[in-house]
Amino acid sequence: VSAATRIRAIEALLVERGVLAREDLRFVIDNLTTPKPADGAAVVARAWSDPAFERRLLDDANAAIRELGFGGAIAFTNLFAVQNTERLHHVVVGTLDASGYPRQLLGPPPRWYKSLAYRARAVREPRAVLREFGTELGDEVEVRVLDAVSHDRYLVIPRRPDSSEGLQPSALAALVTRESMVGLEEARPVAA
Amino acid sequence: MASVLAPGQRVRVRPATASRHHRTPAYVQGRPGTIVRHVGRFKDPESLAYGGDGLPERELYQVAFILRELWDAYAGPGPDSVRVNLYEHWLEHA
Repeated sequence: VSAATRIRAIEALLVERGVLAREDLRFVIDNLTTPKPADGAAVVARAWSDPAFERRLLDDANAAIRELGFGGAIAFTNLFAVQNTERLHHVVVGTLDASGYPRQLLGPPPRWYKSLAYRARAVREPRAVLREFGTELGDEVEVRVLDAVSHDRYLVIPRRPDSSEGLQPSALAALVTRESMVGLEEARPVAA
Repeated sequence: MASVLAPGQRVRVRPATASRHHRTPAYVQGRPGTIVRHVGRFKDPESLAYGGDGLPERELYQVAFILRELWDAYAGPGPDSVRVNLYEHWLEHA
């Protein structure tokens, strides 16, 4: 019997016995699968253009993203926002079971995030992994790896690109890649 | 161990006991680290994993481990670190 068949049988029993309602299940699945990297990019763009929002995001990310209509429903995880600067670079990994990815904001994690190679190497040789993503950091930059092992999730706010001062939030959001929000790369440079 | 640990305090991660739900990565078990901050107070995941009520609640701390201390071969700068959220009962005084 396949895992999917077994899960469907368990699900049917839970619903039949009144432990869960079918709508609850759909709600949770939707909340895990409908967020997309553009949602996270909109949050980052807002933080870049609104210092008060950025402070709220760093203080209480769960509340701040709800202001923008994101992520409110996943109560069993706790989102933290961290900021990359010229001196400090955060990288997110989940060595135990690939947790840590801010699903409530970016949707399901990409395959590389779940790979054993990434999970083993990110804590052992983060700078080598970063180089493979095209991110070369000098020795003056501290690398801080966040290994998510419980219900913690992390959103990295990448450094705001140079010469992006005049850009509207939607143009800023276009610079924010999925990988930059877990710390594997910088945001895209502004086109000359 | 005392219920509230202060930032900067040195701690050591207890080795996991195999029979329990112990969310401590193997590479930090038995290793020294430094308390970064108190994250909050949450239901005990070991108890929850076995159908318990999660009580008493446990203090959760973010603990920093210097990569040069974790890995003999680590060639990066001295401040590079990994941070892990760990519950109070998985830590002991260093």
